[in-house]
Amino acid sequence: MTDHLVSSGKSQQRGEGHRRRRSDVPFFVVMGGISSCFVLLIILLLLADLRFASIAEFKTALLKPEIQFAFQLTILSCTVAALLSIWVATPLGYLLSRYRFPGRTFIDTIVDIPIVLPPLVLGLSLLILFHQPFFGWEIEKWMRDTVGFPITYRWPAVVLAQFSVACAFAVRTMRVTFDQIDPRAEDVARTLGCSRGQAFLQIAFPQAWRGMIAATTIAWARALGEFGPILVFAGATRMRTEVLSTTVFLELSIGNLDAAVAVSLLMVAMAVVVLVVLRLLGTGLTS
Amino acid sequence: MIEIKDLSLSAGDFSLSHLNFRIESGQYAVLMGKTGRGKTTILESICGLRRVESGTITIYGKNVTNWLPADRDVGYVPQDLALFPTFTVRGHLEFALRLRNWSKPSIADRSQQLAEQLGIRHLLDRKITGLSGGESQRVALGRALSFYPTVLLLDEPLSALDSDTRSEMQDLLKSITKLNEVTTLHITHNQEEAAALADCSFELRDGKVERLTGMSAGKCQ
Repeated sequence: MTDHLVSSGKSQQRGEGHRRRRSDVPFFVVMGGISSCFVLLIILLLLADLRFASIAEFKTALLKPEIQFAFQLTILSCTVAALLSIWVATPLGYLLSRYRFPGRTFIDTIVDIPIVLPPLVLGLSLLILFHQPFFGWEIEKWMRDTVGFPITYRWPAVVLAQFSVACAFAVRTMRVTFDQIDPRAEDVARTLGCSRGQAFLQIAFPQAWRGMIAATTIAWARALGEFGPILVFAGATRMRTEVLSTTVFLELSIGNLDAAVAVSLLMVAMAVVVLVVLRLLGTGLTS
Repeated sequence: MIEIKDLSLSAGDFSLSHLNFRIESGQYAVLMGKTGRGKTTILESICGLRRVESGTITIYGKNVTNWLPADRDVGYVPQDLALFPTFTVRGHLEFALRLRNWSKPSIADRSQQLAEQLGIRHLLDRKITGLSGGESQRVALGRALSFYPTVLLLDEPLSALDSDTRSEMQDLLKSITKLNEVTTLHITHNQEEAAALADCSFELRDGKVERLTGMSAGKCQ
């Protein structure tokens, strides 16, 4: 009798448990709602730009010789800065990924400094570095008088300012790339007769190409967006050191909002191309 | 011949000290012991991937304790195989030979010969993605044997295989090590595997390598 009561009570409890009362809808509403704020902000920004500029103004702006010069200099300087960055970032990223050595944390932190430093401060630091006399010897003076290749307020300053920031991002990317490549294969290669150098070149390097393209693209995109250090270190001289980010600033400062927006849209288009390239490569950067 | 004398090493949170054992030339030795006791660490120190704290490792009369892995002439098949993702099967078999500047015809001969011994001739031009466990194992074995190493080190080579492939690989290991006249040290925690393969067996117990007596004690010292 008692057993019967207990068992019927249990079955009643079980039956209650079957009632459907849980739903995932609130989860998606809250998470999606918060996430969409940011996505919406970016979309609205782009739409506002598009709505503001007319095609005729866009054409007029892009036909201006100053802006065409700025476009060419931007493409060239970004490409040189990106290539220099990948050249430095590959060995540095590999060393940071593979080895534990004294001072590693210090170097790791130093590499991040250009990422967190205010851009103007970086430009100012570059300017000071090149014009500061070290026991009577000055880099800029030496480059100008002895090497015959002055840097400051010329296009090399643009490249160097872009490189200083872009390279930091490329190093981060290359480090993640090598972290994702299993070092065991390099170890086995060393037992087969490779030196560490051969193991790097023949085993790790061929696996890193996607990461290298991603790092180059990221460096290129960072260089495109660079403004502060260029303004301080290279100046904003039309037809000399003007890149597209400087153009936006210059046009804005003379009240030519239409041209500023047209150039901004051009930069948005360039950034989109870069992002599409990154997505197509499907690197692990977004994962 | 491999001789380990008073070897001390540490890795992570454990250390091994004063290890002593010796495997005669051409012998197939099996080292048993529970997982996580440092068997892999011993293999890595023999092939030079892990620095030893003290003691000596002698291979065919040469004290190689402080030599670079590349100079030791030791073939190593790690447990995770660590195949090269950008190489074809043929690339794996030829890699060590190209590093040793062998002539093109002799490289081709050797890779053909190995592919036949291992039964992977039909796979030579394949990339390693998509190979089965047994096939990958054969490629790793071929890569390690390609340059006629004096010593072959195998780290649990059969643990990830199903029972059919396992017995097939067991036979292959026995025949191919004899064929290539290589002194072999094979790590496992499987008694049957040891009994089937070993000329002599050791056990890593309480931080010491002890020679096992009995049916599979063989000629080890």
